[in-house]
Amino acid sequence: MKLGRREFVKLTAAATAVTAFGGLGFDLAPTKAHAQLMSLRKGKETTSVCCYCSVGCGLIVTTDEKTGRAINIEGDPDHPINEGALCAKGAAIYQLAENPQRITKVQYRAPGSDKWEEKSWDWAITEIAKRVKKVRDESFTEKNAKGEVVNRTEGLASVGSAAMDNEECWIYQAFLRSLGLTYIEHQARI
Amino acid sequence: MTNHWIDFKNSDCILIMGSNAAENHPICWKWVTRAQEAGATVIHVDPRYTRTSSKADMYVPLRSGSDIGVLGGMIKYIIDNDLTQKEYVLHYTNASFLVSKDFSFKDGLFSGFDEASRKYDKSSWAFEMDENGVPKRDMTLKDPRCVYQILKKHYERYDSKKVSAISGSPEDQLLAFYKAYTATGKADKSGTILYAMGWTQHTVGVQNIRAMSIIQLLLGNMGVAGGGVNALRGESNVQGSTDQALLFHIIPGYMATPRANWVTLEDYNKANTPASKDPKSVNWWQHKPKYFASLLKSFYKEADLPTAYNWMPKLDAGQNASWLVLFDKMLKGQFKGFFAWGMNPAASGADSNKTREALSKLDWMVNVNIFENETGSFWKGPGVDPKKIKTEVFFLPCAVSVEKEGSITNSGRWMQWRYAGPKPMGESKPDGDIIYELALKIRELYKKEKGAFPDPVLGLNVDDWGDGHVFDPHKVAKLINGYFLKDTTIKGADGKETVYKAGSQVPSFVMLQADGSTCSGNWIYTASYTDKGNMSARRDKTQTPEQAKVGLYPGWTWSWPVNRRVIYNRASVDMTGKPWAPQKPVLAWDEANKKWLIDVVDGGGAPGAKHPFIMQKHGMGQIYGPGLNDGPLPEYYEPLECPVTEHPFSKQLNSPVALMFAEDAHKRTTCDPRFPFVCTSYRVTEHWQTGVLTRWLPWLTEAQPQMFCEMSEELAELKGITNGEKVILENPRGQLWAIAIVTKRLKPFEVMGNPVHLIGIPWHYGWVWPKDGGDAANLLTPAVGDPNTGIPETKAFMVNVKKA
Repeated sequence: MKLGRREFVKLTAAATAVTAFGGLGFDLAPTKAHAQLMSLRKGKETTSVCCYCSVGCGLIVTTDEKTGRAINIEGDPDHPINEGALCAKGAAIYQLAENPQRITKVQYRAPGSDKWEEKSWDWAITEIAKRVKKVRDESFTEKNAKGEVVNRTEGLASVGSAAMDNEECWIYQAFLRSLGLTYIEHQARI
Repeated sequence: MTNHWIDFKNSDCILIMGSNAAENHPICWKWVTRAQEAGATVIHVDPRYTRTSSKADMYVPLRSGSDIGVLGGMIKYIIDNDLTQKEYVLHYTNASFLVSKDFSFKDGLFSGFDEASRKYDKSSWAFEMDENGVPKRDMTLKDPRCVYQILKKHYERYDSKKVSAISGSPEDQLLAFYKAYTATGKADKSGTILYAMGWTQHTVGVQNIRAMSIIQLLLGNMGVAGGGVNALRGESNVQGSTDQALLFHIIPGYMATPRANWVTLEDYNKANTPASKDPKSVNWWQHKPKYFASLLKSFYKEADLPTAYNWMPKLDAGQNASWLVLFDKMLKGQFKGFFAWGMNPAASGADSNKTREALSKLDWMVNVNIFENETGSFWKGPGVDPKKIKTEVFFLPCAVSVEKEGSITNSGRWMQWRYAGPKPMGESKPDGDIIYELALKIRELYKKEKGAFPDPVLGLNVDDWGDGHVFDPHKVAKLINGYFLKDTTIKGADGKETVYKAGSQVPSFVMLQADGSTCSGNWIYTASYTDKGNMSARRDKTQTPEQAKVGLYPGWTWSWPVNRRVIYNRASVDMTGKPWAPQKPVLAWDEANKKWLIDVVDGGGAPGAKHPFIMQKHGMGQIYGPGLNDGPLPEYYEPLECPVTEHPFSKQLNSPVALMFAEDAHKRTTCDPRFPFVCTSYRVTEHWQTGVLTRWLPWLTEAQPQMFCEMSEELAELKGITNGEKVILENPRGQLWAIAIVTKRLKPFEVMGNPVHLIGIPWHYGWVWPKDGGDAANLLTPAVGDPNTGIPETKAFMVNVKKA
């Protein structure tokens, strides 16, 4: 019979630890007892795609139903390109998501300051919006030197991002262009 | 990619050049191995002997930047040894086209070069047209003005001795390489090219790729299984972000950004819509007005088309606003505000010191990222006094990929939907949410207060971005696909009329309209999210036996355009519809039912009815390409910083039209004894790009903890450097420490009779983290770029190395 990953896992779980490894010459009873004391975590599986290179390897992400954090991220054996395999980076994505050094609050650096200050989203979005409007209002150009209509702002520029989803990239370029930006670039250019 | 990852297994000969695929796209190596197991030859041509080289059947060393020499040599080899796939070349390429009498080439320059402006007037490169504007052809390929003869004449100079002298590739190895690869000129054999930054990051980058495209057309390798021209892109969604046009020069779907001299929508359409009177030319871009109108409506749903066009920001005619220009302007103080959104230019942009200084001129920066990085924190970088830096920085924490839902497009054009597992950590948010909130807030301000030309801001269609509060990727994906704005009746190919109700998804781009009755964010994604559902979320591995043979997987996710897996596949069959390679067809003509089987055919119609290269105005593969800024044929030029004062092909040392900045000239050196070593930058498996998303991961950083440089044993001996010791790399642009790796895998090149040494450096490090990990390779790279793309020449520049 063709053994998929899930069938294999079910089979090995069905066999008890002792009998599966019986005949190896060591006693697994204490290990079995310890294993039974370890708490099981219940996880929900979702599929994703690796965020590093452009091969697009499939991932299976298991999220702890209690904590909402990832328990495990591995290759998706059903994906026709990677067939469950991952390179070192893809295999380490767990540490990208579950990383205590991630910045998880808005930070602000004031002019001349040597440190970051924590801020709220509301504050940041409002302050950024005010500044975008100010620069746009001050630099918006209806016509260029030739008298041709350009309706643009050359006082604002943006770079980024090949790391965003298609839907995010699309709204981002629409947002920037609706403001009149022409200096729009990202990773594809370098 | 014209083909896709799994398709590599179908190749008879895989050339990897300008790429270290085994180390930087490791999982794709499965498919290279399967090709090898089936008997394919794998050839690696590269300045370094890497893991790719160790797995290849053949490795040929070449000096960084000398690729056009080697490829030009192969073109000459193909012509001299009569190895072209003749029927393919005659009927599917522009080899037979006649070129204008005014075209000429002399001593490294094509006709029409203007010294003062450093630009070409391309009018003398045009084809000779008949009275219908269709290029005249010589089907005997003997006319001295036909493309084939011009090609032959152009590459006459590229004999293997000259090529070997300039590239440092041993002549016998070159000939063995040419022999193996050109064997794919046989009709039923296919060869493929896997390339990456080793080709793009040069002032001749586009011509590197053009040279290989010419080879692929001569050998009949385009459009077939195991063939094509395959860019191994570097980021998980750089294909998608390019498709969605986060670039100055294009808008979504590869249409040109409007220019000021195209005053009205009609002017835009007239200037940008090619017309062909050749009844066999599909000339697909003739439909551009439909795609542009639909895009305008996706932005500005309530506005009429002329108004929507007026609202689009315009570039000046001929204006270049690409990356290197952007940072040059930033240094000159042009920008008050800047978004570094999911990017780290302080480490990724050529000439890091220039880039970092430029950032200090900003009033404010918005830095969206997962971790602290060299860009958002530039104000406390090495040698920087924060008290002197006025720039406000807003660091907005964004979600990791596995925490959000949406699609990304891989290098094989597969749009793949992914789901959210864990929630965004802490207060981090998906980028989509951040963009949406910011857009809504700015609109709110423009509603409340007076401001400059608020119309496009207030008119922007944000209704389709979410529910007014939360970003909805499904809604946006549906907008990108497009939907009908009015009830629309369309007559199908079978003559049957169908009514599409307003609000229903457009099933294919053939139904997009030029009159404003459809909206579509990106025509090449139309058919990805229809009323039948989200095609990019499909996980069906059903295949017909023919599809399975070539590994098409048409039911797994969705590829643009219209789920075609191998583009230009019309060229995979002869004029009667018979596959050139009957053992691995991607198309077959079902005569009984009058339809094409296996892959989605590129341009409909019966066999032989249409020219196969449907995106080209004249329908032919372009051996001669009159539209590029540096010439219709690739020509050898040295990198702008090079170790020689001359080369054998002409007196023109460097590209006469390369992008460069006068103010940086004092920082560039050529044949300067103070900086005698060629330096090239590259990647390792464990890190990615500037390392922002890998340097913080202990599993990866423990394997690759620090900045290093690789050098040959010969260079190490020359400079008294031992393996493992700290060295300093330097040139007028900057300085960088690195741990020296002295290795047999790098060898000096013999170039024009002299040894040229190579130093190689990874570009993954930055001063933020880890402490004592090193800093950016780009401290040494020059802000000079390709004249077509503006991509910086970060693969070949000059440095010195000394003990620390």
